Amino acid sequence: MIAKLLRNVVDRVKPPFEKDGKLSWLHSTFDAFETFLFTPDSTTRRGAHIRDSIDLKRTMIVVVVALVPALLFGMYNVGLQHFRAVGDPASAAALWPCFWYGFVRVLPLILVSYIVGLGIEFAFAQARGHEVNEGFLVTGMLVPLIMPIDVPLWMVAVAVAFAVIIGKEVFGGTGMNVFNPALLARAFVFFSYTSFISGDRVWIRGAGKGGEYIDGFSGATPLGQIGENAQQALTDAPVWDWIVGTIPGSIGETSLIAILIGAAVLLFTGVASWRVMFSVFAGGLVMGLVFNAIGGSPYMDMPAYYHLLLGGFAFGAVFMATDPVTAAQTNAGKLIVGFLIGLLAVLIRVVNPGYPEGMMLAILFMNAMAPLVDHVVVGANVRRRLKPAKR
Amino acid sequence: MSKVIKLRKGLDIHLSGEPQPKIIEACGSDTYGVSPGDFEGVVPKLLVREGDGVKAGSPLFFDKANEEILFTSPVSGTVSEIRRGAKRKLLAVVVSTDGKGESIEFKIPSLSSASRGEVAGVLLSSGFWPMLIQRPYGRIADVADHPKAIFVSGFDSAPCAPDLNFVLAGERENLHTGVEVLRKLTDGKVHLGLRAGVDGVLNQLDNAEQHFFKGPHPAGNVGVQISHIDPIKKGDVVWTVDAQNLAIIGRLFRTGRIDMTKIVAMSGPQVVNPYYLRIIGGAEIKSFVMNSNIRPNKTGGSGARIICGNALSGRTTSREEFMGFYSNHITVLAEGNYHELFGWIAPRFGKFSVSHSYFSWLCPRKRYSLDTNLNGGPRAIVATGIWERYVPMDILPMYLVKACMAGNIDKMEALGIYEVLPEDLALCDFVDPSKTEVQQAVADGINLMIKELS
Repeated sequence: MIAKLLRNVVDRVKPPFEKDGKLSWLHSTFDAFETFLFTPDSTTRRGAHIRDSIDLKRTMIVVVVALVPALLFGMYNVGLQHFRAVGDPASAAALWPCFWYGFVRVLPLILVSYIVGLGIEFAFAQARGHEVNEGFLVTGMLVPLIMPIDVPLWMVAVAVAFAVIIGKEVFGGTGMNVFNPALLARAFVFFSYTSFISGDRVWIRGAGKGGEYIDGFSGATPLGQIGENAQQALTDAPVWDWIVGTIPGSIGETSLIAILIGAAVLLFTGVASWRVMFSVFAGGLVMGLVFNAIGGSPYMDMPAYYHLLLGGFAFGAVFMATDPVTAAQTNAGKLIVGFLIGLLAVLIRVVNPGYPEGMMLAILFMNAMAPLVDHVVVGANVRRRLKPAKR
Repeated sequence: MSKVIKLRKGLDIHLSGEPQPKIIEACGSDTYGVSPGDFEGVVPKLLVREGDGVKAGSPLFFDKANEEILFTSPVSGTVSEIRRGAKRKLLAVVVSTDGKGESIEFKIPSLSSASRGEVAGVLLSSGFWPMLIQRPYGRIADVADHPKAIFVSGFDSAPCAPDLNFVLAGERENLHTGVEVLRKLTDGKVHLGLRAGVDGVLNQLDNAEQHFFKGPHPAGNVGVQISHIDPIKKGDVVWTVDAQNLAIIGRLFRTGRIDMTKIVAMSGPQVVNPYYLRIIGGAEIKSFVMNSNIRPNKTGGSGARIICGNALSGRTTSREEFMGFYSNHITVLAEGNYHELFGWIAPRFGKFSVSHSYFSWLCPRKRYSLDTNLNGGPRAIVATGIWERYVPMDILPMYLVKACMAGNIDKMEALGIYEVLPEDLALCDFVDPSKTEVQQAVADGINLMIKELS
C-alpha cells in the first residue's frame, strides 16, 4: 500500500531525470535515490536469465551492519575515556552518559565523511553516466572509525576527498582502486598532519580543550605505552581491557569483542574472505612468536598473542585487509597477502621506533603488492595448462 | 564401475517446475523451421525458394565458409517462408508440412566395414553433421579434423533440465548405433559422462568409455566433463554430441531415413503442468507452448519469457520461433520487471541467494520461482573469489573473463579459453553481485579468438 503510493510519487517525479529530460544531468543522482527506495525493475537481457538476489547494495550493507558493534562500542568508549581522563568516575561508571557523550562527538565525523565522500561519488558517477556505486557506504563508515576522536572535521573532509578522488576515482571508481580508500584517508592525515593522529594527546576527547587531564593520567594507547617503555607497560598488562576495548585508541578499533562480532557477520554471510582474515591473524601470531624466539627486549618477549589484541590489528584484519578489491583476487593469493600483512604489521610495531602501530602501513603496502602475488599464482595455473598432457 | 569423479564446486539451483515423468504427444505443428541463429558462426546461403517442395533431409541452406555442411528440412512439405530480419539477415527457413512424413532415403554403408569418409558423407548429406560440435570454441566440427576424442554427456544438471535416461528410454539401439558412428569418426575414444548412482539406458552403452560424475551443476556440462577426463590443450580438437542428437544419428544409420522426433522437457516456474512432450525438431514453439499452459505472472512484473534451453544459458525465444536444433528443453519464467520497496535491506524471505545475507540457506530443499529480474544494477567487478566456487575446472574464471573483456588473445589462450564455452561459466553470471555478463564476455572472447587466429 505504502509501497504503491511511494512508487506513484517516484514515477511522477521521474520523467525530467530520464534521458533527454530537463534534469537528465542529474540522472545518476536520481537513480541512486530511486534504487535506495526500490530495487530496479531491470530484467536480464543477455547471459543467464535468472540471477541471484544478491547485489552490491546488499553486500555493502552487510559490511556496514558488521561495523555497527564496533561503532556503538567506539561511541561508548569515547565517553568513557573522556570521563576517566578528566576525573569524573561517576559519569565514567554509567553507560548512558558515556555513550551520549561519544555519540554527540562521533556523529559529526560520520556525517562529514559521508557528505563529502558521497558528494564526490555522486559527482563522478554523474560525469561518467554510471550508476552510483555503493562502495562508499562502507568507506564512509570506516574512515571515522579509524580516526582519533580529536581529529578536526575539516581534516576528515580533506582526507576523505583525497582518498575518494586520488585513491579511487582516478582509477575508475569502486572496483578499480589499488589502495583501500579508508586507509588512504588515514594515511593522508597521518603523513600530512602527524601531530593530530599520533602521540598521547589525541585519543581522548577533551585534552587541551578546557577539559584538562587529571594528574598522572596518560592518554597514550597501549601500543604507544609499550613503544615508549615496554618493561613498565607490560607489567600487569590489562589484557582483559584490551579485549573489551576500554582503552584509548582510534574510535572503532579498540574492542576486540565488537570487532569479532562484526567478523562473525562478515564470515557467515560470506561477504569477507575467511582466507584473508585467518591468515592476517596467523601472520601476526607467527611474527610475534619469531620475536619471542629471538628475544632480547621486553617488547620482543611480549606474548605473541598480545599483538592481535592491540591497536588496529583486529580491526584491520577484519575490515580492511579483507576488502575484496584491494586484497589479492586469487584464493592462494589471499592467503599469502593476508599472512604478509600480519607479519609486516608486527614487524613494523616492534622494530620500527618511529611508529607505534604498523597495521595501516602493512595493509597499504600489501595492497600495492597484491597484484604481484596474484601474478605469481596465476602464472602457476598457466604453467599447469601449458604442460604437455599426461598420456 | 569405474572411478567416480567428485565435483565439489557448482550449484544446483532449485528452480520450481521440474518436469514430471510423463510424456505427452504434441498435436503436431503446421510449420517447421530451421534457424541459422542456432548455429554459431554459420553464414547461411540459401538453396531453396519459397514454394519449393522438400522432403525431410532436403537441404535448405549451407554454410558459406564450409560448403559441404548442409542444413536440411526436418519434415516434408513446401517452403512457405524465408524469414528475414534487419539488414535482410536470414532468420529462418520455414517449411509447411504436408503431414506425409516423406524422407529422402539415404544409402547407409555397413558400419562394420564403412570408411570414415563414407560415414562422414552420410552425416553431411543428411544435414546431421552440425550435430557434431568441436571444442575449442563450440562451433560445428570441421570435416577435415581428426578429433582426439568425442565426448557425450549423459545427463543434464541444469535447473529443471530433462532427465536424459527418461527421455531416451526407448532409444537403446539407436544410441548404440550412434556411438558406433562416432567411433568411426575419431581415432581416439568415445567418452560418455554419466551421473554416479543413477542407472538407466545410457549406462547400457558399453561401446563408449563411461565416466561417472558426482556433484552439482555444471557437472552435466560436457565441457566440465572433458576437463576432468582429458583436458583440451592448445592444438587439441575434440568433438561433442548432445545425447539426444546421438540417438537421432543412430536412427538415421539404422533406417536410412530422417526422423527428427525428440522428447523435450517443458518446465520452469510458469508452466502449469511441467511435463515432457514428443515433438519433431524444428516445430514452431506455439504448437506446444500455449497460453493455457502458462501461469499468469504474479511477481508484479508482466509477461512470460520463453527460453529455448535452460534458465542459465538458454536463448530467449518466442511463440513464432522454432524449437532449436540442439535443444531439448523449454523453460518458461516470469518476467521480473517490477520494483520492490527497500529490497536491499528488507529480509526478503522468499528470495533465493547463495549468499547468507538472505535466508534461503535455512531451507536448502525449498524450490524457488525465480524470475528474470536482474536483482541489482550492473557494477564494476568488486566481489572476488565468488566465481571460483562455481567453476569446477582448473581455471581462474575471473582472470579468464577479464582477459576476454580486454581482448587479450595471449592471455585468453594461457588462461584456458580453449576449454570453456559460455555455458560452463553460466553460474558466474548467476551469482555475481556486480551482475557482470560473464557468458557474453566469454562468447565475445571466443569470437575474437576465431577472428584473430583464422
